Amino acid sequence: MIIGLDVGGTHTDVVLLNQDGLVEALKVPTDTDDLFHSVLQALEKITAHVDAAGVSRLVLSTTLTTNAIVQDTIAPAGMIVSSGPGLDPDFFRTGQHYYPVPGSIDHRGRERKPVEAAAVEAAARRMTADGIRQVGVVGKFSVRNPGHEIAIRRQLGDRFERIFAGHRLSGRLNFPRRIATTFLNAAVYPLHRDFFQAVRKSLEKRGLAVPIDILKADGGTMNFNASIDSPCETILSGPAASVAGALAADPGPDQCLVLDVGGTTTDMAVLVEAAPLLSPAGGRIGPHKTLVRALYTRSIAVGGDSEVRVAEGRPAIGPRRRGSAMAFGGPAPTPTDALVVLGHMQAGDRQRAREGIAEVAARLNLPVDQAAERIFDRACSAILAAADEMVAAINCRPVHTIHAFKEGLQVNPGRMLVMGGPASLFAPRLQALSGRPCRVVPRPEVANAIGAALARTTCEVTLVVDTEQGLATAPEENFSRRVTGAYSLEEARRDALELLEKKALKRGARPEDLELEVVEEEVFNMVRGFSTTGRNIRVRVQVKPGVIGSLKGDL
Amino acid sequence: MTLRARHKTGLVFFPAFDWAISPNHPEREERLLYTRDQVQEEGLLDIEGIEELRADMVTAADVQRVHFCVPDLWHVMTESHFISAGGAKALAMAMAEKRVERGFALVRPPGHHAMRVVHGARGFCNVNNEAIMIEYLRAAYGIERVAIVDTDCHHGDGTQDIYWHDPDTLFISLHQDGRTLYPGSGFPQEMGGPNAVGTTLNIPLPPHTSEEGFLYTIEEVVQPILAEFRPQLVVNSAGQDNHYADPITNMDFSAQGYARLIELLQPDISVLEGGYSIEDALPYVNAGIILAMAGIDYSHVTEPDYDPAKHRQSADITGWVHKVGDTVREIWARREALQEKARGNDRFQRRQRSIFYDTDGISETQQETVRVCDDCAGALRIESTARPGRRILAVHIPRRACAACRRTARQWYDTAETDRFDMVLLQDRPTDRFEVRGP
Ligand SMILES: [Zn+2]
Ligand SMILES: [Zn+2]
Repeated sequence: MIIGLDVGGTHTDVVLLNQDGLVEALKVPTDTDDLFHSVLQALEKITAHVDAAGVSRLVLSTTLTTNAIVQDTIAPAGMIVSSGPGLDPDFFRTGQHYYPVPGSIDHRGRERKPVEAAAVEAAARRMTADGIRQVGVVGKFSVRNPGHEIAIRRQLGDRFERIFAGHRLSGRLNFPRRIATTFLNAAVYPLHRDFFQAVRKSLEKRGLAVPIDILKADGGTMNFNASIDSPCETILSGPAASVAGALAADPGPDQCLVLDVGGTTTDMAVLVEAAPLLSPAGGRIGPHKTLVRALYTRSIAVGGDSEVRVAEGRPAIGPRRRGSAMAFGGPAPTPTDALVVLGHMQAGDRQRAREGIAEVAARLNLPVDQAAERIFDRACSAILAAADEMVAAINCRPVHTIHAFKEGLQVNPGRMLVMGGPASLFAPRLQALSGRPCRVVPRPEVANAIGAALARTTCEVTLVVDTEQGLATAPEENFSRRVTGAYSLEEARRDALELLEKKALKRGARPEDLELEVVEEEVFNMVRGFSTTGRNIRVRVQVKPGVIGSLKGDL
Repeated sequence: MTLRARHKTGLVFFPAFDWAISPNHPEREERLLYTRDQVQEEGLLDIEGIEELRADMVTAADVQRVHFCVPDLWHVMTESHFISAGGAKALAMAMAEKRVERGFALVRPPGHHAMRVVHGARGFCNVNNEAIMIEYLRAAYGIERVAIVDTDCHHGDGTQDIYWHDPDTLFISLHQDGRTLYPGSGFPQEMGGPNAVGTTLNIPLPPHTSEEGFLYTIEEVVQPILAEFRPQLVVNSAGQDNHYADPITNMDFSAQGYARLIELLQPDISVLEGGYSIEDALPYVNAGIILAMAGIDYSHVTEPDYDPAKHRQSADITGWVHKVGDTVREIWARREALQEKARGNDRFQRRQRSIFYDTDGISETQQETVRVCDDCAGALRIESTARPGRRILAVHIPRRACAACRRTARQWYDTAETDRFDMVLLQDRPTDRFEVRGP
């Protein structure tokens, strides 16, 4: 059996699955001040009647790190940054404990200026004096040559509890994002560590010594041990759980749009051939642009509980949520109230809903029923317009080769998959307004928890080869080996896939779920003077995000 | 410190990673690889106010507004040329529609050696990206007065040829002296045709000119002339081969210098031309140019081995640079008198030229006739024979042609003896049409 748990803004959803499908699903209210309590409560409830020995996997999707970052309650973390020529590193200052030091590595990974040990020492002393416990170390082009980051880390020794080095967190280029990502990892580390140790301990006490996996921003999972090394990958778990839920609903081989209609927001993502599109540069959280592998998502502040106002003679939905719908005791009219008025929804206090919509109707100069129709249409068309914008943005992404210009993926999702509490009420109207088939996933109210339960372990590896220097490196994996001028793209692919497989298994993947693929590959002949002196090869491989089975069975 | 562009800057990046003239050619796949690495690592595209735009393809009509391609577009252009020119056009559209304030098209292949008649490739260029972009802007957005400042190390002879007769386009080229470098032209005496004397200005600089010489020329020669010309649009042909590390030229310019040049010039649109020090210069020069365009501090953008003391120019060179500047300023000041003199009493003026297509090994001879005109750029006819290749008659009616020039050009086209030419072609700019008469 597998347990999937998704902490949402208002509810924490938890499901128990076995070979035949969903055994149990339940919700507890989320206590945002004590997520630990909500998680434990949900776990206790769902395991109350099951044999602990039968549970083989527990997957948690929590907003722990997301909330801490967005609310800026993260721990102070120190940063040592060596940049070399380029933008002034002070532009990327992460806070008070930020120390640029001299040192430079160029785009091919060659050292141009050594790190200045005295500057590192001075920074270390200051941080120690300031009581800093977590430190991030970042160098420009450290993913081409991690030498400087390693040297700085070595020099810091055991003076700090935990040191995060930028090159181990992502193989991608982008120095400012590497700084932000390393800083966030260092800053959420204590919170993440305490939380998961507490969860593990209390489960063990209850005889549930199961492996814990954690949902990541790309819709895949990693195990607890991996998460300690990169806790920041757990950000943006909400949309990740939705997309995993859509994948678990068996979306088919074509392109489809995933809409998770919640109380406050609607999250959207695109699936192409049963895999979600990922954000090209990395996830963004609050003001931080990161290198965290994340889904390409868009969120708009339109949901079932969004406040309905009147602006310029038309109903306007959101962006605020002032509480639940009036039908459920809330203070302001909402799309949910419109649904209650129209009789699409049986629950709730119909009289209160009518009162709320009547206010809006009066300002629109319309009968109450017609106003309710307008509100509902407006909510649906706002969602559809945002989805169209997202698709248009994907399609105007720049390309860098003639091949990609001509053959590049054009996204045009022909269908929609909808989930979330009000999914079954919204789907028919979304279909009518868009003219595109719109399906509700099974058990839409707990689809995210189901998605978390079934998400596959994912990761990526970037291999860079420079045969002129005789090196193949994947600093992310602590990998580097000598190669000859004959080293080919095929070999690079093989080496990268081998590294990926090792990484995925270490992060908790089951061997039977390893769907590995090459996502990017480039080969350049290096010419100096008028002769070829080497080859520059870049290969990026990933475990394709997906699920380990669909809800219908096959677990 | 907040990192934000002072000017909303569009960036079209089309490095054509799958296109080369030949595997070991300077104009090969690898050329912008390290530039892309640097731009990505610096995170320039994440900066608020810098936006990467998608390149588009130019249409046949866009190209034919500028060029007579022989025998047709498809024989002289590859897909990469359509996208490279299209990159400049996409940026120009974004600017004209005010989606961005200015921008930089980092595209290849380059274009500034491509002339009006195109039989093949010369100086790594087939079609002129800047001219196609400018003429598109003029046709679609009604822009009239345009200045092009070509800061590539090689003389922009293609752009010069295209705008030779156009008094509405000021073309200024700074380059290494033609006696020491391809294509061997670009002397101050080349100052435009009889209807446009002084709107072509050439500033040949001596080998080993460094920051001081370039920036002096921009500040003391180019800027005052631009201020007087009052263009609606300033285009920079941003070649990067003046760099001290460039393998095919002999100048001593730097990334800091290029960035400062952009800051002084404040171009609306820069379009990449040459630059072949792909590892040691381009990553830093391009980063510097992007930041300077966006109005962001670029003072830390330097080559790792940069030492200004090593690249200081001698007093001789300074003297030479000042003298060239004086000559050009004088041409500009006396342009009306010089035009009078150039015209004499001619109603038509002819010039005979040989053009060599080094990249494709083609020799072309041209006989060009322009109608001397006070009211427009003048009807233009070009008889061109390429070996190997074809013999064509190309007739051009300028954008704002007067009635007399239109009549003259029409007559040239309509009465051409088709048996003397393989093709007879007409660019009718007032109606924005391209016509062909077969044999
Ligand atoms: Zn050049
Ligand atoms: Zn005329």
